[in-house]
Amino acid sequence: MSTLTGRQKAGWAVITVLVLVYALFPVAAIAATSFKRPSELNQGTFLPQSPTTANYEQILVGGAQELFLSALRNSIGISLIATAVAVVLATLAAYAIARLDFPGKRLVLTTALGVSIFPVISIVTPLFNLWRSIGLYDTWLGLIIPYLSLTLPISIWTLAAFFRQIPWELEQAAQVDGATSWQAFRKAIVPLAAPGVFTTALIAFFIAWNDFVYGISLTSTEAARPVPAALAFFTGASQFEEPTGSISAAAVVVTVPVVVLVLLFQRQIVSGLTQGAVKG
Amino acid sequence: MTAASTPAGVGAPGSGKPSGQPGRTAQEERAHRARGGPRQDAERSDRARAEARLGWYLAGPAFVVMLAVTAYPILQAVYESLFRFRLTAPDEREFVGLENYATVLSDRVWWADLGVTAFITLVTVLVELVLGFALALVMHRAVTQLRGLLRTAILVPYGIITVVSAFAWFYAFDINSGFVNSWFSWVPGIDEDLNWFAGQGTSLVVIIASEIWKTTPFISLLLLAGLAQVPTELEEAAEVDGATWWQRLRRVVIPNMKAAIMVAVLFRALDAFRIFDNVFIMTNGANGTEVLSLLAYRTSIGRLEIGLGSAISVLLFVCVIAICFVAIKLFKVDLAGARGEK
Repeated sequence: MSTLTGRQKAGWAVITVLVLVYALFPVAAIAATSFKRPSELNQGTFLPQSPTTANYEQILVGGAQELFLSALRNSIGISLIATAVAVVLATLAAYAIARLDFPGKRLVLTTALGVSIFPVISIVTPLFNLWRSIGLYDTWLGLIIPYLSLTLPISIWTLAAFFRQIPWELEQAAQVDGATSWQAFRKAIVPLAAPGVFTTALIAFFIAWNDFVYGISLTSTEAARPVPAALAFFTGASQFEEPTGSISAAAVVVTVPVVVLVLLFQRQIVSGLTQGAVKG
Repeated sequence: MTAASTPAGVGAPGSGKPSGQPGRTAQEERAHRARGGPRQDAERSDRARAEARLGWYLAGPAFVVMLAVTAYPILQAVYESLFRFRLTAPDEREFVGLENYATVLSDRVWWADLGVTAFITLVTVLVELVLGFALALVMHRAVTQLRGLLRTAILVPYGIITVVSAFAWFYAFDINSGFVNSWFSWVPGIDEDLNWFAGQGTSLVVIIASEIWKTTPFISLLLLAGLAQVPTELEEAAEVDGATWWQRLRRVVIPNMKAAIMVAVLFRALDAFRIFDNVFIMTNGANGTEVLSLLAYRTSIGRLEIGLGSAISVLLFVCVIAICFVAIKLFKVDLAGARGEK
């Protein structure tokens, strides 16, 4: 593989371009739309003729500011809390699954599998009804709890897979070398486990960040409505104007962090997704 | 959808069979202790009990939370599906037995939506399997310098919010803001006046395209992990024997990663069956594009028919169980085998 012939090089160049176009073209399309003026939208062109940042001003400092920024705050806060809770619970569970022998270990993993294939919409109706009667409707907590059904199972699977690969003997080795058990844990195990925990958190966050069903069903105002749901409720600058521009701008704003995270942690995300899936 | 949901909200396949180094160590330890003779039996069972207790202390909270956020609501849905109950008329709540199920199942809308959902599932899974396999092969074979770039690019759709993907595809095809019509006007059937979202077929094309774009990375990563398990010696041996690239793929690679393929297909099928976001954003179910998740949403959240909506929710849940059952029994999807624990 180290020496490629000219033809192979050309082949790989073509393949790479194809993959890049596949992966990035829709993102480029919505980014291009976000810089168009309302009058240019129906021109049928891909690129804006005279790019404008008006759509970004509209959502960040203009009329749609309240709607978008509160949704952004809700999305970040709710997704982070749901991720943190899931990762803490999953770390404990995965440690037990990887290191201890206890009856019901299989049950825990099978339950995680079952929950992860659960049709989200099936529990929306009962939650909607229940949340309204106990006052959790349209609150952060009212979304964080169901989000755990999304973030917890995958966290358990991914972390269990990571933890199974840790050479736990290192801990004993460190203790033999005179470290206290806390030191052994902190110096030998934490550095090995931390990347797995981090990767898991990243994947869980993506999933929570992506949610739409819970977001539109269990919220009604800016108090808790997350970004994906808010995008569906955007309105134009005036009631005669389509919100195309501001939705595109908002879509770009929430996509940039995703792209940055993917760029920074591509290797970790791939290993997390594939390990949790197959090697286990 | 999630979930990718997928997510999308998708977990990982496999069984709970304990394995790997710690499991083996525990077994060795047990064997070692067993050799120690009967005197250590009591001590061993004490230790085993303590280990079991610690195991449940650690895994218990996660287990309870998982049940609380899914099993409890679905039981609640089963209960509520037995009542005629609208939030707009809460006083008229009345026990009706299975009447709600009869209402749903005798309604043409349910069957039409089931058809659309099944169609979307079938098409997306088939296309994604081929496309995802191609992408997995590309990532698997790529030289190291390219690998990072390719993986990063492929992960972008994975990380993007499904709703954002839906808007991107919607605006690209939309008759007012789109550019697809003017770019592809040379294709027979496409011209400036084609309104993609006015008909069932054309709407479904765009909905399916967005779904495929967003979720293929996930299936291709599962397949990439499967590819990594195919023993290289086998492939090399076949190459030495003069097998062509296509023969090696068909006779060596694919049979050796069958389990991974089955698991990937099952997971994507279950995920595609729950499709909601793309349909909601692009057509909101208009022109015969309504899917089952949308029907459940419209009934419970839109019309506040909690009884009927619960019945639809339960039926949807039963459909997912049925798909799983068929996959595991009929196609022998081996969740444990896929994890290399044969």
